[in-house]
Amino acid sequence: MAFQLPNWMALAPTLALGLTALVLLLVDSIDPDTTDRGLLAAIATVGSLASAGFAAWYLLAGTGDQPFTLYSEALVVDTMALFFAFVFASVTAMVTVASYDYLRDHAYQAEYYALVTLAATGMTLMAAANSLAVVFVSLELASLPSYALVAILKKNRGSVEAGLKYFLIGALSASVFAYGISLIYGVSGSLVLPEVASSVAQTELTGVLGIGVMMVLGGFAFKTASVPFHFWAPEAYEGAPAPISAFLSSASKAAGFAAAFRVMTVAFPVAAVAEGAAASVDWVLAVQILAVVTMTLGNFAAATQDTVKRMLAYSSVGHAGYALIGLAALTGNNDTFVLAGSMAHLLVYGFMNTGAFLFIALTEHWSIGRRFEDFNGLASQAPFACAAMTVFLFSLAGVPVGGGALSKWFLFAGAVGAGFWWLAAVGVINSALSLYYYSRVVKAMWIEEASGEFAIESRPAGLYAALVTAAVVTVLLLPGFGPVWEFATEAAAALVA
Amino acid sequence: MWIEALIAVTMLGAFAAFLAPDKVAGKLAFALSLLPLAGSLWMYSTYEASGNALTGGTLAFEENFQWVVAGPYSLSWHVGLDGISMPLVVLTTVLTTLALLSSWTPIDERQSQFYGLMLFLEAGLLGVFSALDFFLWFVFWEMVLVPMYVLIGVWGGPRRKYAAIKMFVYTNIASLVMFIGFIALVFGLGDSVTSLDMPAVAQALRAGQLQGLGPFGPETLKVLAFFAMFVGFAVKVPVVPFHTWLPDAHVEAPTPVSVMLAGVLLKMGTYALLRFNFTMLPDVARDYAVLIAVFAVVSVIYGAMLALAQSDLKRIVAYSSVSSMGYVILGLVAYTMYGMGGATFQMVAHGLISGLMFMSVGVIYNTTHTRMVSDMSGMASKMPFTVAVFVAGAFGYMGLPLMAGFAAELFIFLGSFGAFAGSVWFTAIAMFGIVIVAGYLLFAMQRTLFGPFELETDYEVGRAPFHDVAPLVVLVLLVILLGVDPNIFFGMIQDAVSPLVPAAGGGH
Repeated sequence: MAFQLPNWMALAPTLALGLTALVLLLVDSIDPDTTDRGLLAAIATVGSLASAGFAAWYLLAGTGDQPFTLYSEALVVDTMALFFAFVFASVTAMVTVASYDYLRDHAYQAEYYALVTLAATGMTLMAAANSLAVVFVSLELASLPSYALVAILKKNRGSVEAGLKYFLIGALSASVFAYGISLIYGVSGSLVLPEVASSVAQTELTGVLGIGVMMVLGGFAFKTASVPFHFWAPEAYEGAPAPISAFLSSASKAAGFAAAFRVMTVAFPVAAVAEGAAASVDWVLAVQILAVVTMTLGNFAAATQDTVKRMLAYSSVGHAGYALIGLAALTGNNDTFVLAGSMAHLLVYGFMNTGAFLFIALTEHWSIGRRFEDFNGLASQAPFACAAMTVFLFSLAGVPVGGGALSKWFLFAGAVGAGFWWLAAVGVINSALSLYYYSRVVKAMWIEEASGEFAIESRPAGLYAALVTAAVVTVLLLPGFGPVWEFATEAAAALVA
Repeated sequence: MWIEALIAVTMLGAFAAFLAPDKVAGKLAFALSLLPLAGSLWMYSTYEASGNALTGGTLAFEENFQWVVAGPYSLSWHVGLDGISMPLVVLTTVLTTLALLSSWTPIDERQSQFYGLMLFLEAGLLGVFSALDFFLWFVFWEMVLVPMYVLIGVWGGPRRKYAAIKMFVYTNIASLVMFIGFIALVFGLGDSVTSLDMPAVAQALRAGQLQGLGPFGPETLKVLAFFAMFVGFAVKVPVVPFHTWLPDAHVEAPTPVSVMLAGVLLKMGTYALLRFNFTMLPDVARDYAVLIAVFAVVSVIYGAMLALAQSDLKRIVAYSSVSSMGYVILGLVAYTMYGMGGATFQMVAHGLISGLMFMSVGVIYNTTHTRMVSDMSGMASKMPFTVAVFVAGAFGYMGLPLMAGFAAELFIFLGSFGAFAGSVWFTAIAMFGIVIVAGYLLFAMQRTLFGPFELETDYEVGRAPFHDVAPLVVLVLLVILLGVDPNIFFGMIQDAVSPLVPAAGGGH
């Protein structure tokens, strides 16, 4: 007789991250002044790798085919939850490895790693949340550590200011989100997503429901750094320590999307909310507008930046716009494909965008300036890191050197297939524009002459390891896109089919 | 597995050259490039295929594996060669090897990176000419851009950064426009295709299974997609008025990169036009033949006129490419056996001849450090051998009988004469282009090569080293060989082109 794991073990990816955070806090309370950053980074990395391992194992074993619901349906573990758990855990692992070097002279080591893993725990819960209450709680669990992490460079004014801005806007959008939930609860009498869905189809309070849906959407717009709640993002990403920027712009954003995908598709199915007899609000239309504005605004702003980190921050807003296509093109024609496109893109994005920010972390480690000109001729000093960065940037732009090309094209193809060729066209035009500012960095690194000497004294092993991992995975995701796509399709099918 | 082996060997060679120390990188890259060269020649000698790759012909060295299944569509690793792609694969390997040899003199910094990128470029080009799945093809198509961008940007002339960016932005935007056009067609086909496999899409389109997309009916969609793809490829060719990136790129690029650019990269554009526009949507090509012919003829005449007005030898050769590629478009739009066959043959012929011209200009520049026509005079007395080769190349360009260019242009004119309404006039005007070509080449040669020796430069002018001249000799021999016996390629080209012709109701 085969040994049967208990049901709650389906949450292993989340539990692994949560336990890691507790272990880190334990280490910190035993030895508050520890400077053994190797130990702390190792614990955090092992924990997140274990979490990623669990997620990958469950995915391969097909655990998510039959969704597990736990705690009176408040949580659900299906392919989508596992898929995103894998993304968050891998990004967390890369970030913790890279932080080892970045935090060299930092005072709050254990707190830092504990906050990162706690935030990651919240993110995996967001992907598994099946009740609006859990969505809210896990969103806050992911957000609160993030506020602290952004501001963790206490002596750096930029960092503190960024943390404050992030926190204020976060608090505002959290209250908007909570108010939206309360309105929806008032209309439907339930917080569990499938039950909400069945009552919104018949409700007569369509006005109240509509306002509630829009407010919930606003909460997600904050977490995913989409217009109109995006303006914290460039500040926070720029002011935060670069590994945290990587963490926020890759994992945190993906978490927002994971929750948004589930809530919007399960609780407010398009047919019922936008088209049925009880039509209250055409949120798909709203998301279409958001997607177009987010892409365009993010890309145009990125094109006009002077510093590389800020450019990446705005381009990350642009990518939120691409990912929104997954919700914007849901009309029943091609839903699984479109949603799978968004999910696959978020996975690839998790690696390539993390990699790009980690490269920034490397340059900060070397005290190279932040402007484009400061990168001039860097390739002659650090060809390996620059080659990795080139892969990330071109992949982000959609040039087929990495998985980014495939995921982006599938996303656009999905939009065309659903009949939204104009949405795809806006995306393609934005991609073309994005190539301009991404290639500015490539040009600076490889083609421009170095204006001064770089003081590259060390080759930090942790940062390099994380960078190389991200680059190799990004490249391998091009030939190996098949399995990613299969899982993404399964994950999407669980929501909309 | 031969195509995979060819690409893999080239890629591995690129990594090896990248990792090698600067001193040996050049020789190593040259030696490694002999492997794909030998491979492609072996493939040519054992080549057995019939018909066109996209209309159900049997292919040589075909492989087809599933890659990604996406909703109703699947992507695959599908490669294979027919009579159109085989000559271009051989052209790629031959020119790369020769270009690597000609890089030894001019490339003196960051050599391992240079040679690595050149081989990486070769791998991409081989992929473009052998891929038969749209997405795979697109990956290779874009893969070519990245090394080209760096090659021009790092090792180019004084305005290299501008030229590199311009090339990159122009051709990449063009790729996206083309991509939208093609994807619109695939979605327009609805359920009748289930993959991005080029043969499958081509056959469905030719069978008239296009259903339309969104607000566009099948007829409108066809025309829109045709022109989206046409513009996308026309930038690469380049066709006037999309040509402005080319002279900049050529003039700034180092010699071996110019050779690759003119010799092979431009052929990607005409190859793609033939594969996509003219094979998949023959009736649109037929309907708009006059318009496309106008583009072709304007390219021929305007390119030649621009060349006439240049004072830089390399610019003269660069603009002449615009003109020569115009002939290719004219041959394609004729939609006859000779027209399309001649166009394909011209791709190979122009690849060899323009490579020859750029290399000889490069050799002259290596010794004199100037390319300005006004600075030079009587070069023949100091470097007779190089000048002789240059003259041979120029004769090839002018279409002297028994040289490759003659055969190609003759086929094109034979094919386009009377092919569609008004084609007589287009052909006649295009033929006049040859006169201008002869004019500017003879004029330039008379001023630079002959007469008393005078040169405004501080460098000692003498004979070029053996490894600079050797590739020139090989190219001259190849140009003559193809001119004397066009059947080396023309037989297989004809075989691959003929299935296309009756579909449009063309004759000859």
